Amino acid sequence: MTAPDGAAPDGAAPDGAAPDGAACDSAACDSAACDGAACGGPSRGVRIRAEGWGWRHNGRLAWAVRGLDLTVPAGRCVLLLGPSGSGKSTLLSGLAGLLDPGNHSAPGHEPQGNPAQGSTAQGSTAQGSTARGSTAQGNGEQEGELLVDGVPARRARTAAVAGHRARTGLLLQDPTAQTVLSRCGDDVAFGLENHAVPREEIWPRVTAALNRVAFPYGREHATSHLSGGERQRLALAGVLVLRPGLLLLDEPTAMLDPQGADLLREEVGAVLRDGDITCVIVEHRVDRWRDLADDVVVLGPSGGVQTTGPVEEVFSRAGRRLREQGVWIPDPGLVPVPVPAPEPERAPEPLLLVRDLQVGRPRERPVLSGVELEICSGTALCLLGPNGSGKSTLALALAGLSAPLGGQIEATPALTRGLRRTAPHRWRPLDLLTRIGTVFQNPLHQFVATSVAEEPAVGLRLLGVNGEEIEQRVGRLLTRLRLDHLSRAHPYTLSGGEQRRLSVATALATRPSVLVLDEPTFGQDARTWKELVELFGELLGAGHALVVATHDLPLVRALDAVGRVRTRTLGP
Amino acid sequence: MRGDPLRFGPGIDPAAPLARANPAAKLAVSLVLSVALLLTVDVVTAGTALVLEIAALPWCGLSPGALARRAWVLPAGAVPAAWAAAFLGTDSGATLLVLGPLTLTEGSAQAGAAVALRILAVGLPGVVLLSTTDPTALADSLAQNLHLPHRFVLAGLAGLSMFGILAEEGQTLRLARRARGLGGGGPLSRLRSLFGVVFALLVVSLRRATVLATAMEARGFGASPHRTWARPSPFTRSDTAFCLGGLALALLATAAGTATGSWHMVLS
Repeated sequence: MTAPDGAAPDGAAPDGAAPDGAACDSAACDSAACDGAACGGPSRGVRIRAEGWGWRHNGRLAWAVRGLDLTVPAGRCVLLLGPSGSGKSTLLSGLAGLLDPGNHSAPGHEPQGNPAQGSTAQGSTAQGSTARGSTAQGNGEQEGELLVDGVPARRARTAAVAGHRARTGLLLQDPTAQTVLSRCGDDVAFGLENHAVPREEIWPRVTAALNRVAFPYGREHATSHLSGGERQRLALAGVLVLRPGLLLLDEPTAMLDPQGADLLREEVGAVLRDGDITCVIVEHRVDRWRDLADDVVVLGPSGGVQTTGPVEEVFSRAGRRLREQGVWIPDPGLVPVPVPAPEPERAPEPLLLVRDLQVGRPRERPVLSGVELEICSGTALCLLGPNGSGKSTLALALAGLSAPLGGQIEATPALTRGLRRTAPHRWRPLDLLTRIGTVFQNPLHQFVATSVAEEPAVGLRLLGVNGEEIEQRVGRLLTRLRLDHLSRAHPYTLSGGEQRRLSVATALATRPSVLVLDEPTFGQDARTWKELVELFGELLGAGHALVVATHDLPLVRALDAVGRVRTRTLGP
Repeated sequence: MRGDPLRFGPGIDPAAPLARANPAAKLAVSLVLSVALLLTVDVVTAGTALVLEIAALPWCGLSPGALARRAWVLPAGAVPAAWAAAFLGTDSGATLLVLGPLTLTEGSAQAGAAVALRILAVGLPGVVLLSTTDPTALADSLAQNLHLPHRFVLAGLAGLSMFGILAEEGQTLRLARRARGLGGGGPLSRLRSLFGVVFALLVVSLRRATVLATAMEARGFGASPHRTWARPSPFTRSDTAFCLGGLALALLATAAGTATGSWHMVLS
């Protein structure tokens, strides 16, 4: 069966796949009745149904998802969990209609036909086809069916756009990467323009959407001046303004500080309370969303649904197993606290002395001034404070990477070990290696080699350590961080948790006395989180000084349990 | 809408008579002037155009300070180019100066002056265009007035906004390499480190672009050939007048050049 071109009868139940083709839920109906008033009506929840659905991205051998059977009734809120690599994000993209299987080269079809998205509102795949034909122009290969209100998700999207309203809305994890335009109002209006909503309707709806998410600025405010949390709320407004019947959230708070995350959660909660809307949330941090969710769906590591059911029931039934897989399940006994490390052998001694320090960008007003600190061996200094309070900027200065705007950072003889200069930012890069190591917020920033095993060896080679010892040290380090089976892989191909562990390994390889870490637990699953805490405990026990810029308060508490900790909260 | 200031920077008044013209009109005027001036290398045409442009500057909404901050590249390029043309160009007429193998003659001095004036006269409208036009308004105008395909225009606009982010990423990458012990040592190792930064930047920006494309598609971008525009981009009678003014300026300069016999085709 091939998809009819042009005026596709969207409401028609394809091969009886949609249980109720009777209800007029098609976008075609919407557009026919659409005179502004109909489009302006409230959203209606959307039914989701996956039948043996599978997706393989072009150029990949493994299927991202396979054999998925799932039904979500209209108006439910589902928390989608599963270990990394189980295809959660792929499922969301599929539901949003962003996965294009291209044209199957069935007889009668032009094999190289160009299904330029939107030449007509045509279905891009033969319906219900499980044929594994070669794909043309698509971005992957599909099996089975993924239906949104009984219509294949890809076709539902095209039909919805042609019908001037969105069926699905997708909010992604990275706040800075999903802002499209340079003014807040324009950014929210972007989706309405794409859905060909008339101009006179656009601006009232934009204003309403900005109010709805309690956005603190006007339409003319520049998006480049927003914090991460504000950007994420702006993106939410840009999604809600389209009045989708299905809201898809892909780890929306993973990169926000606690305040920003709480605000976003509140807005989403209000949306779910007010309207008849279906919602699928992917998130490691279950505790933040469990109150909003009706059901939990857990994807298995090898595809398919592992467990499903009401939230509390699933957690009591399978909580333990899920926790082992790295899902953050709130535990009555707080976070998984690791074993305390032994007391350091030597008393703490100062390594870096900070006096009247000013940090910030060159030629701009300092973000922080008058900072007084003492960084001592065997002690963790936790820098706390909301986004924009200068935690990262201060960390970079303490790491000897950027020059202070004023005041001084002075290394004591215990750290200079013979260097003439006491200001770390004046040291040669080589001198930093054994003295101050840094772990960046985004691990990709600090990878310089082409394989996992080569990455930690770079610094050792610069220091002139002999080949045999390099091999031993790197081997031990990779085993300790569970990366030994990946030693030949390219660092960029690792999962988020693996990249984080490798970035810590690269800094630890040269055994720096001070280790500066910027948000080391950002977006990590529970298992990696626990391993990092244990590792930090060991480092403190071995007399390393840690500087940790973070807003992960459980991390601070856990560090406190394993070693000597001091905290410094920075102003907004 | 398009008169609204969005950080044009200090000293720039986007509501000034010529600054608030439709971006398509500004683009057309810059283009007409460029074509007229690229046809010829001569002192009179370029000089007349430059004088008239400077006469129009007060209505362009650029304060002298803002102009200096943005237009300094023009003399910075014009002076060496003029110097090269004057000393290395074809000699003709009386010799004015000899410095070893370099000679300055009447003919070559005039050629140098023409080159300098031409760079200034072509560059000045460009500087005004870039400093008084909001990229969003330019995109709106390209799509609505000139009917360029909206997909290219908007993709370009979204790409443009990534530049600021990339500059920051590049800085972070540099610091990260210092933390890895790289970038010290001689110029060769610095150069290698720079290549590393550029490569990493490419990877990081590809990832960002993928996310941005997903976010745009999820909001309906590219799904339908039809699209509305939230911001009107009216092409008014004053925009037409502005275009005619630009054309008149180009014609006047060319006429001055031909009348004095100074105009001559570059490729002849």
